[in-house]
Amino acid sequence: MSASAQAHHDGPPADYLSESTVKSWLLTTDHKRVGILYLISVTIFFIAGGVLAGLMRLELMTPRGDVLGSPDTYNRMFTMHGVIMIFFFLVPAIPSVLGNFLLPLMIGARDLAFPKINLLSWYVYMVGGIMGVWILMHGGIDTGWTFYTPFSSMYSNSMVLTAAVAVFITGFSSILTGLNFIVTVHTMRAPGMTWFRMPLFVWSHYATALIMVLATPVLAISIVLVGLEKFFGVGVFDPRLGGDPVLFQHLFWFYSHPAVYIMVLPGFAVISEIIPCFARRPIFGYRFVAFASVAIAIFGFLVWGHHMFVSGQSMYAGAVFSILSFLVAIPSAIKVFNWTATLYKGSLSFDTPMLYALGFMGLFTIGGLTGLMLASLALDVHVHDTYFVVAHFHYIMVGGTVMAYLGGIHFWWPKISGRTYPEIWGKLSALLVFVGFNLTFFPQFLLGYLGMPRRYFEYRPEFQVLNVMSTAGATVLAVGMLMPMIYLGLSLRQPKNAGDNPWGATGLEWQIESPPTTHNFHEPVLVTCEPYLYSPEEAEREYAHAQHVHSA
Amino acid sequence: MHTPSTSTAPDSGRQILLSHFDDLEQQNLSSTLGMWFFLVSEVMFFSGLIAAYAVYRGLSPEAFHLASRHMDKWWGFANTLVLLTSSLTMALAVRATQTGDRRAIVRNLLWTAVLGSAFLGVKVFEWKAEIDHHLFPGKHFVVPDHDEEHLKEYLEKTDGHVDPVKLEREKGRFQLMFVLYFFMTGVHAFHMIVGIAAVVLFALLTHFKWFSGYGQTQTESLGLYWHFVDVVWVFLYPLLYLIE
Repeated sequence: MSASAQAHHDGPPADYLSESTVKSWLLTTDHKRVGILYLISVTIFFIAGGVLAGLMRLELMTPRGDVLGSPDTYNRMFTMHGVIMIFFFLVPAIPSVLGNFLLPLMIGARDLAFPKINLLSWYVYMVGGIMGVWILMHGGIDTGWTFYTPFSSMYSNSMVLTAAVAVFITGFSSILTGLNFIVTVHTMRAPGMTWFRMPLFVWSHYATALIMVLATPVLAISIVLVGLEKFFGVGVFDPRLGGDPVLFQHLFWFYSHPAVYIMVLPGFAVISEIIPCFARRPIFGYRFVAFASVAIAIFGFLVWGHHMFVSGQSMYAGAVFSILSFLVAIPSAIKVFNWTATLYKGSLSFDTPMLYALGFMGLFTIGGLTGLMLASLALDVHVHDTYFVVAHFHYIMVGGTVMAYLGGIHFWWPKISGRTYPEIWGKLSALLVFVGFNLTFFPQFLLGYLGMPRRYFEYRPEFQVLNVMSTAGATVLAVGMLMPMIYLGLSLRQPKNAGDNPWGATGLEWQIESPPTTHNFHEPVLVTCEPYLYSPEEAEREYAHAQHVHSA
Repeated sequence: MHTPSTSTAPDSGRQILLSHFDDLEQQNLSSTLGMWFFLVSEVMFFSGLIAAYAVYRGLSPEAFHLASRHMDKWWGFANTLVLLTSSLTMALAVRATQTGDRRAIVRNLLWTAVLGSAFLGVKVFEWKAEIDHHLFPGKHFVVPDHDEEHLKEYLEKTDGHVDPVKLEREKGRFQLMFVLYFFMTGVHAFHMIVGIAAVVLFALLTHFKWFSGYGQTQTESLGLYWHFVDVVWVFLYPLLYLIE
């Protein structure tokens, strides 16, 4: 915002969206604009990953391979689906879009601690992402997103090396974002914003950032070692040359299991904001929810071995990893129970964000409980590498993270864009996503339990009914997910009609204009109270008053 | 790792405050904390490598021992001394930013760069010797005859028979030690090169009075990075050179 612009418009100061040149977007250091840049890029990757998933489901409609032509194409499809969805959508989605936008607002800061590093993280992400797209267009890779050796380092003749570099680069974007969040939470809080007055959104993002900084470098080093082996022909993981392929799995899962929490903790962050607002009650057990996030981050580092029950690790290691995996359920359950207790005696209203949040709670619970089944040694051996596992992690990743992401986008859309969206379409999309999701993935639990292996191009004819159900569900899910893109996009054509606080929510981000100005706050922020000071009694009175006015 | 957005700063001891911070204390704390967490991330990067090293050395102690004997521990020792001295000059440079002695900052930074380059020079010389002895992993790698004899002796059973599969595996592990050696020292050298470039840049920027407040915050962050790279070497040296 320049001084001359202010002189021309004799009204309120311009918001962060008012400058519209391409240069002003590409060189911005405003955390809100960086958030928007991420919003656009992750949406594009989400569509790309979604199209690949659609093609896979189409292939699996019939037991014979007939759509994609060859099993090799199918292998490349599911690998690229996994790589794009995980590294280019799920990991950055909530932290880099909503976290970037909201974290400074929520703690009363003018920006993140390192605004330039924040922009740099987007550029680094885009370099990795464009390499990812390039790989996709030049044949893709066929190793599965896990890059397991020795297949990836010795036998696969697809673009493993390029993919390793792309993932390596994207990892840096995640480290930079994590670094920025941690330092911001430590040093940038407004006066009076003590650790226990921070919204739970901030706590969850802090825990996420810790995992990003601690786990991502290990992924970087393990894929560099794969690249080294492939490029120089030395045997880091090649058993013929004294290497051990299982070591790769250890290093890989040391990142990639905590990465699951990089993806789902920000989902918890969003839900912890939505539930109190639409139940009009303070969150139940604030400190428990806050510490549960940190506990999940810590336990998350100790359970990687549960991915390797059948890869020859010792029985004792398996037992220890199994027990530790059960422990992760405790903080996760604390969260779900506390959200439920927040709902109890609340004055509930079922707006779109709330519908997504309730959907999240149901689906995440199913995902979590099936996770416990997979954490138990004996059962895991039975369903390992079947569709049961596929259904389990989609319940966490899609039913959890994507539902929370969509809920969060709907909740903060008035703040981000300054516009409201048609509520009826929002509710319909939440319903379609929920129904479509269950129809897609619940049959996959059954398929897996009956013994259909994952990553197969063809299957036995008796599995067809459930597969057709799954594909039909995927269609519904696709419609449900495309709808928000359309009506949220169209809402940008309206004037800014949202008002500062359309949901009547607490939290510093709702005290300022929608959309916020470049420097967020006009005067120094002083925090004097706890978060989530909602009152159910007042909500009841307001409701009664509205009814009275309506009938009169 | 934060540089002020203005290109020229007044030649006074006062630092420029960036617009999103409230005071200098907050600004300095943020920069230093950011560097510390970056270094935590770096520790995890190296820890993945050290884990791989620990696993393979645990599986084949003899092969690692034999391979380690090809590294010259005295050159490594001399290099350790050079690097620790560079940490001293770096610390003196940071101290000079606090006292506001511009000439001392530049002098100490340049000494740091010279010592860092000397370290790299010795390292290149060592690598060249190892490559000349066909110890660079890959197609041209040859396990020296006397080491192969040692491994055979080590594996020999009571009836004088050597299991060829086990011998191949031990030879692979022998090579693996060199893979890890070249990779770990290579990654370390990469960090050194980045560090030396930054140190020289900082010396120039200080000389041309580009920093506000003598670059106190910036140089302190650079100092943290430099000491970290030294500490990594202090771990690598015994792991790779001093197995005996």
